[in-house]
Amino acid sequence: MSKVYLALQDNDEARYIVEAIEEDNPESTIIHQPAMIRIEAEGYLVVKRETVEEKMGRDWDMQELHLSLITLGGNVDEDDDQLSLSWNE
Amino acid sequence: MNKNKVTTMAAKKLSLKEKYSLLTRDLDWEFSYQDRKDAFPMEEFEGIKITDWSKWEDPFRLTMDAYWKYQAEKEKKLYAILDAFAQNNGHLNVSDPRYVNAIKLFLTGISPQEYQAHQGFAHIGRQYGGVGARIACQMQSIDELRHVQTQVHAMSQFNKYFDGFQSWSNMQDRVWYLSVPTSFFHDARSAGPFEFLVAIGFSFEYVLTNLLFVPFMSGAAYNGDMATVTFGFSAQSDEARHMTLGLEVIKFLLEQHEDNVPIVQKWIDKWFWRGTRLLTLVGMMMDYMLPNKVMSWKEAWEVYFEEAGGALFKDLARYGITMPKYAALVEKEKEHISHQAWWTFYTHGHATGFHTWIPTDEELDWLSEKYPETFDKYYRPRWEMAKKLEAEGKRFYTKALPQLCTTCQIPMLFTEMDDPTQIAYRDTVYNGDRYHFCSDGCKDIFHDEPEKYVQSWLPVHQILQGNCGGPGVEQVLSDYYHFNVGADNMDMKGSPDEKRWKQWKGVA
Ligand SMILES: [Fe+2]
Ligand SMILES: [Fe+2]
Ligand SMILES: [Zn+2]
Repeated sequence: MSKVYLALQDNDEARYIVEAIEEDNPESTIIHQPAMIRIEAEGYLVVKRETVEEKMGRDWDMQELHLSLITLGGNVDEDDDQLSLSWNE
Repeated sequence: MNKNKVTTMAAKKLSLKEKYSLLTRDLDWEFSYQDRKDAFPMEEFEGIKITDWSKWEDPFRLTMDAYWKYQAEKEKKLYAILDAFAQNNGHLNVSDPRYVNAIKLFLTGISPQEYQAHQGFAHIGRQYGGVGARIACQMQSIDELRHVQTQVHAMSQFNKYFDGFQSWSNMQDRVWYLSVPTSFFHDARSAGPFEFLVAIGFSFEYVLTNLLFVPFMSGAAYNGDMATVTFGFSAQSDEARHMTLGLEVIKFLLEQHEDNVPIVQKWIDKWFWRGTRLLTLVGMMMDYMLPNKVMSWKEAWEVYFEEAGGALFKDLARYGITMPKYAALVEKEKEHISHQAWWTFYTHGHATGFHTWIPTDEELDWLSEKYPETFDKYYRPRWEMAKKLEAEGKRFYTKALPQLCTTCQIPMLFTEMDDPTQIAYRDTVYNGDRYHFCSDGCKDIFHDEPEKYVQSWLPVHQILQGNCGGPGVEQVLSDYYHFNVGADNMDMKGSPDEKRWKQWKGVA
């Protein structure tokens, strides 16, 4: 299995998104770098709208993710409720 | 009335998928009295076979209303920070005035290419028969225009305080090292629409821009440069979409027809090689030009190419795609190229639009630690010699103009990888003329399309042919490049940039 990853700007919004990702992907690794946060996992990673909304305490649109997203690696699948990254091997 | 109400309620419940299919619904139609081939004349000449455009998937399914909404939000944030940077004299917070030279190279080298990316995507967005592809390219074209605009704004701020920014638009296709990125994009834009998309969308955006933006912007943050972090990350937030487009393109082409596989592989090989050559400049910025260093070029290469690219090419293996040709060579080169490049710029520092310098003792130690296999053995002794000469008042500049590689346009500075003391030279004779290359990769690219590359506008050849003013290098720099000679170029030590910085900081 190879790693999929995404990196977010280190800002107020992203901190909640990272918390949500951590909860939904217990196997993931969170790496703090200057001004950014990188999250990686073996093979699969998911960002779920519901969990992010819970952490933020407000409605959150999946597409808002793009405001903080810096980069990603993996095949993207996005709908109204989640964005996932995966590799097919 | 009732009908209206129903429509509004229905509109609220539309999912991303439904919204996207409504957006694309009527943008294509059956041609009844025109030949489709006349409408999309560039679709076939590259040999790519598309059997069904409707298989094109846009995983983000971004619709125009959402696009404008989120882009507007990004812009508001960005300009608020740029304003704050200006109002609070943000330029005084950078770690060290040497740092600004990395930004000079970035903004004069890369920003004009954002504009070329804008033009390229606008062009190909017209050339595809598929609606999804046309829309994605159109959005990317607008993104790239935004990128160049934000970078010009950042540049205008730096231009108030530092030398070397004033003639960027004039410099971009004239200056000997800026022709490296410029010719890279000219090459892509003069290719067909599918090669352009593989070149820029896949090889550059997906495989390589992480190496350009991510460690570099993180480095800007580490060096107190809020303006660059901001435009960099704002651009990069579009990059995630561009990268995904690049990956979808590759998968789409490979799934459409097996005859596409060897064509795509050839383009991947070519653009990977051209891209890694271009990134030599980024490697040099990371290892030598950032006073506070985040990671070495070698480490960045390992994370963003060997690991991330490795995963990607494993994924693509199911289509019969293999690792780019020369990836194994580049694995060796990561130990060398940044050192070879900075030495070349240092020794040609009289002809560069930014300042160069000898690394400090601490930086030399950092380089020794990061490059245990190569730095002490091959590169540290050069710097020790340069230090000695500088101490004797004999700062060294090479008088000769460098010989350039016909394909990548980089001076012949790379060595053989099994003998790092031997500069690599390759050459070939075509129609009675001899052409020179830095590597087998660049020579292969030439051989595949010699009629294209014999037309390369090589800055040094042009100077020697008298097409850039003269007679001397100094006149070329001032009259043709529009450098402020004596201010923009030469060593950091004793430069007006350094003097002003000391005044601002109140040090003698
Ligand atoms: Fe861009
Ligand atoms: Fe881009
Ligand atoms: Zn070359």
